[in-house]
Amino acid sequence: MTAEATPALVGDTQQTAPGPRVRRGSAYPRYLAGKVAGAAVSLLAVLVTSFFLFRLIPGDPVKTMTGGRQVSAGQLAAYREEFGLDLPLWRQFTDYCGKALTGDFGTSYQFRAPVVDKITEALPNTLLLTGTAFVLYTALGVFLGTRSAWRRGGLGDRFNTGLALTLYSIPSFWLGLLLIIVLSVGIGPLPGMFPTGGMESGGKEGFAYVVDVAHHLVLPVVTLVAVEYGQTLLVTRSALLDEMGSDYLTTARAKGLRDDLVRRRHAVPNALLPTVTLIFINLGRTVAGVILVETVFSWPGLGGLFYQALSVPDLPLVQGLFFVFAAAVIVMNTLADLVYPLLDPRVAR
Amino acid sequence: MTTTDPALSPRALARQRRRASVARFWRQYRAERAGLYGLTVLALCALLALFAPLFVGSDVSSVTGAPGRPMTSPSAEFPLGTDQFGRDLLGLVVWGSRVSLLVGLLAAVLSVAIGTLIGVTAGHFKGWYATVMMRITDWFLVMPTLVLAIALATVMSRSLTTTVVAIGVTTWPTTARLVRAQTLAVETRPYIERAKALGGGHWHIMSRHVLPNVMPLVLAQTTLIISTAILAEATLAFLGLGDPTIVSWGGLLQDAREAGAVSAGDWWYLVPPGVAIAVVALAFTLCGRAVESVLNPRLGVSR
Repeated sequence: MTAEATPALVGDTQQTAPGPRVRRGSAYPRYLAGKVAGAAVSLLAVLVTSFFLFRLIPGDPVKTMTGGRQVSAGQLAAYREEFGLDLPLWRQFTDYCGKALTGDFGTSYQFRAPVVDKITEALPNTLLLTGTAFVLYTALGVFLGTRSAWRRGGLGDRFNTGLALTLYSIPSFWLGLLLIIVLSVGIGPLPGMFPTGGMESGGKEGFAYVVDVAHHLVLPVVTLVAVEYGQTLLVTRSALLDEMGSDYLTTARAKGLRDDLVRRRHAVPNALLPTVTLIFINLGRTVAGVILVETVFSWPGLGGLFYQALSVPDLPLVQGLFFVFAAAVIVMNTLADLVYPLLDPRVAR
Repeated sequence: MTTTDPALSPRALARQRRRASVARFWRQYRAERAGLYGLTVLALCALLALFAPLFVGSDVSSVTGAPGRPMTSPSAEFPLGTDQFGRDLLGLVVWGSRVSLLVGLLAAVLSVAIGTLIGVTAGHFKGWYATVMMRITDWFLVMPTLVLAIALATVMSRSLTTTVVAIGVTTWPTTARLVRAQTLAVETRPYIERAKALGGGHWHIMSRHVLPNVMPLVLAQTTLIISTAILAEATLAFLGLGDPTIVSWGGLLQDAREAGAVSAGDWWYLVPPGVAIAVVALAFTLCGRAVESVLNPRLGVSR
């Protein structure tokens, strides 16, 4: 497992136990307030970072915008004024913060449209792709991870763990490109079965449209699931292995419960608790996967937009997307923190 | 120093003890089959990268003196075919191993160094320093690593240093947390109290007592982070954020995509660099897991 998964398990007690022990019902609101405040500070930090980080870009953004065309000094000045680049840095910063708090991230250089519009346009597409992949890889990872741990050292376990590690080591964009070649373009006698990219063929309505989008969705989702499920599998497997020696399992077996029931009713619910937190902590990796997969499959989502923005570089758009990606992970992590005490009866009482 | 008399010299005694623990470590590591496979593959790759100049000339990446015709599929003369400039792909893949391994190693070392420094100091000096450091660590931990690395690579000039720095400064938080936890555990031991009582300063305690105890953890972490770093390097190069003049595996994949190898169905162009990345990343992961399970058998990562 690489940096993001197993080490987190080593530091298990630090990472999964969400800080305060909430003993009475009245303690939960305080815990909640603390977590939300922490998330708000993180979001603010992201906002500030993204402003200063992208001001470091060498070169004049206005020159980038005009793309090396012959432009008069007057026009350059007009552009500067349009994008507020003529103001001193601190004024740009206060303007930026003020606008960002009202949801305004400025105007994209390359599309000449508000960044927020571009983002809201692409967001549903990304949610569709990521949501589908997330549900599938979590389900697959938890299912196979449970199997693996329960039959630890068996043939199935070795095969599953080996495959998960191998797929985990594969660059997602490479897998995507290979799938396109094999299944979309077609090799030798194999015809192309799936579209090479995009989200729809156009000109379809109603049910046909849904089928068409689903058809386009297959390869990107398969790629994402393939590179991401391994992490969930290994995390689930480790969490369950931690529970395996526990006394309550021996008790359950001694009661004469079937092996299957011991697993489903006793072991898995306990193992899932740390798993939930780790799945959310690892969401950052999924965001990276989405950027690459969308780029490779020309999926009209946030990741594809990020790639387009990077190649210019379209400062306001990169900034806005950077904020959205970071915010998404922070918000999801906070949600996991908030749900955790509710899931774990030892903490939530 | 009376190194001639091992029975009396504390330094020789320490060396002897260290040798014994390395031997014990190796004995346990040998029992990890997957770890041995990983180690073998890595040794082969390292040899290949070191001696690459003997097999392929340094002009392998030169566009002007390319030996073959553009985009030919594998043949006897070019076992892996040629790219869009007519360069030999086998040579390029072998040559690319140097950059990918180097960047992976350097980035991992940088990342682990930052993580260890912050982890040890945050564990040793408690109070506001630790609070601030752990806040920063937590913040980096929830940031999508690659997005941050991309952002850094975008704002800096295209070079190997940029890639190493971008990966190094975004992947350290897990190490920092692990090392801090271990430091806190070590600092409760009686010998630390003894060292303090004998007048050992902060530096002495951190470097002589804490650091040797967190080193095994750091070693395992480095091995695991190298595979992350190699994947990250390939990703940055693929997104066009690497140094365009340097041949690397990720860069080759970007070249392939730009040359239209995907729509033309030229799988032989895409397969070798990707397989190379996957094999090396997997080998490092296997080694790291083996080291981890030797050091912490309770983890149950192996077998």
